[in-house]
Amino acid sequence: MASVLKIIDLAKVYALESVMVYALKGVSIEVEEGDFVALMGPSGSGKSTLLNLLGCLDRPSNGQYFLAGQDVARMEDDQLSDIRSRYLGFIFQQYNLLPQYTVVENIEIPLLYQGAKLSSATTDRCTGLARLVGLGNRLDHRPMQLSGGQQQRVAIARSLVNDPAVILADEPTGNLDSRTSDEIMQLLSKLNEAGKTIIMVTHENDIASWAKRVIRMRDGVIESDVRNDKPTVAIDGDTTTLQTELLESLVLNRNK
Amino acid sequence: MLIFSIIAILMLATLFASILLWDKGRRSFILAVRSLWLHRLRAFLSVLGIIIGTGAVISLMAFGEGSMQDALDDIRRLGANNIMVRSVKPTDESNSSKRSYIAIYGLTYTDFDKIATIPTVTRMVPMRIFPQEARRGYKSVNSRVVSTIPDYMDIHNVEMKSGRFLVSDDEVLLRNVVVLGSELANRLFPFENPQDKEVQLGTFFYKVIGVMKERSQGGVSTEDVNLDAVIPIATARARFGEKIFMRSAGSRSAEKVEISQITLTVSETEKVRPTGEIIRSILENHSKSDWTVNVPLDRLEEAERAKERYKMLLVLIASISLLVGGIGIMNIMLATVTERTREIGFRRALGAKRRDITLQFLIEAVVQTSVGGVLGIGLGLTMVFALPFIAETFWDARIPAKVHFESITWSLTTAVAVGVIFGIYPSRRAALMDPIEALRHV
Ligand SMILES: Nc1ncnc2c1ncn2[C@@H]1O[C@H](COP(=O)(O)OP(=O)(O)OP(=O)(O)O)[C@@H](O)[C@H]1O
Ligand SMILES: [Mg+2]
Repeated sequence: MASVLKIIDLAKVYALESVMVYALKGVSIEVEEGDFVALMGPSGSGKSTLLNLLGCLDRPSNGQYFLAGQDVARMEDDQLSDIRSRYLGFIFQQYNLLPQYTVVENIEIPLLYQGAKLSSATTDRCTGLARLVGLGNRLDHRPMQLSGGQQQRVAIARSLVNDPAVILADEPTGNLDSRTSDEIMQLLSKLNEAGKTIIMVTHENDIASWAKRVIRMRDGVIESDVRNDKPTVAIDGDTTTLQTELLESLVLNRNK
Repeated sequence: MLIFSIIAILMLATLFASILLWDKGRRSFILAVRSLWLHRLRAFLSVLGIIIGTGAVISLMAFGEGSMQDALDDIRRLGANNIMVRSVKPTDESNSSKRSYIAIYGLTYTDFDKIATIPTVTRMVPMRIFPQEARRGYKSVNSRVVSTIPDYMDIHNVEMKSGRFLVSDDEVLLRNVVVLGSELANRLFPFENPQDKEVQLGTFFYKVIGVMKERSQGGVSTEDVNLDAVIPIATARARFGEKIFMRSAGSRSAEKVEISQITLTVSETEKVRPTGEIIRSILENHSKSDWTVNVPLDRLEEAERAKERYKMLLVLIASISLLVGGIGIMNIMLATVTERTREIGFRRALGAKRRDITLQFLIEAVVQTSVGGVLGIGLGLTMVFALPFIAETFWDARIPAKVHFESITWSLTTAVAVGVIFGIYPSRRAALMDPIEALRHV
């Protein structure tokens, strides 16, 4: 399989007034297309720092980063915005939806920054994704009218709308109870089955068990990097084939 | 000036059209409107400065323009090329004690002839004006006789309701004819057509040859010009003489005045002032100060200068209130930016560039100030229409108001400009935030 992203010796140093904080001390990872990676490790081990670098929200102090074949480590702010909007999808712990927007308008946001012209086709895409994540009957609801799990589904739909090469999720189930977490993980797992590359930070082994590969970090370095031969899979049966079809049609709709 | 307002309107229209036709702009616009609606009271209070400022400017402009226009109209009615020379009763205390005394003063025919030699004077209309009872049968009205020449009609913008004005033959033949003011005609002839009827002025009867249309007071004289009875000046001289006796509170007084007023027209506007000076020097040899020279052009220019000063004052008021309003907007935008730090963070993560964030908050500021501007214009127009109405119904006072179309377009343009200017700093601050820090914000 081809690799979507590759980091070599990536380092991040925060220069505070008196001390230098070495948050990342030379990390090298290569992630293949279609992989599902869980980043684990104790608090302060540098997971979020790494994910922010992978998400092009920050620039490394040292090292190289290739995303979809491009060297992004030293790019300008505007270029990074372009890279994010073209190749990356984000899912946050706090959902981060706009309370003034409806479900569909929230899903639409990344398209605006892609410079896409809003049309009935883009609206169809957004409503399709809302249906895909199981919110077909909530299209015009505001985030306040949705449960936490439903809000996170909207966020997942939003992360898919620009058809990103990689989806980055920082503790996507951190605010949810275990049952809802399970539902969210089923959804992510199915997206992964449909070909989406996912990198996810988590503290919980249960959650990490859904991933195909688990990277453990400690003090800014990789402690272990193991493949999970038997990841938890979405229990088929209660998921309709219709959903799968829709999923595939949207995800395979890459020839834009 | 109108062209500027048209350009301003076009620019505003283009601005809002381009915001609304551009997807990002439209979403920002919708977001702005919804957030404003969400925080209605806060938004209202923050644009209150702009609302009051715009409202004040619109209404003050309208009232100022209205009263200036009134004053200017008055002066223009007198004619910018005209000069009025009037006889004035000199204030001399020794006279007032005597019971019966003939006050001799004022302009004379000699003066008239001297002034007539000034080459820039193209037309002169002498008048002899005195109070006189007008009688028709048992009805009598305290009227005012204005004896003059046919040119009076033209120089004082008289329009006829019926019949004709004086002609030179009336003068030459010393005809006993009279032209009635509209009100005088109404009072003397409430039920009949006054044309060719007789009216008694003093001891003689005069045939009514015409009735003038109602004339506006002009704000200068206290007498009602619509009670005038206009007769040929030669006739007046022959019938009344120069001495006029007046009875007031038991005492009898008499005046001897040859000419009460001369209205004269000057060939060119630039020559009005020098001509006025020459007339003054001619009248300088009177032993008493029993005359005045009134040059409406002076007052016209004075009024126009006052108008300019008023405008400057308004600009000052407008700038102060817009500054205050702008600071209000800036304050609320800074609060909004802090409040929505997380939104800024995840928008950046989802692909927004710095300029997208800048524009989003700028649009919000502009939407706020535009709404403020529109509400302010509404407030101003309400005052412009309500205040004169209230004043008229409760105090019977007239407040002239003239809404200035330009004041509306300018207020709107400045409101938008205030949004842009005072929105720049908060928007830049939002755009320059570090996305990671912004995302971490609680
Ligand atoms: N902006 C910053 N300035 C200074 N130090 C920072 C900054 N961000 C992170 N760090 C430091 O970098 C190290 C790694 O932080 P990071 O947030 O990546 O940990 P984490 O693995 O995500 O922890 P958690 O599980 O609690 O989220 C920490 O020691 C932290 O204090
Ligand atoms: Mg973290």
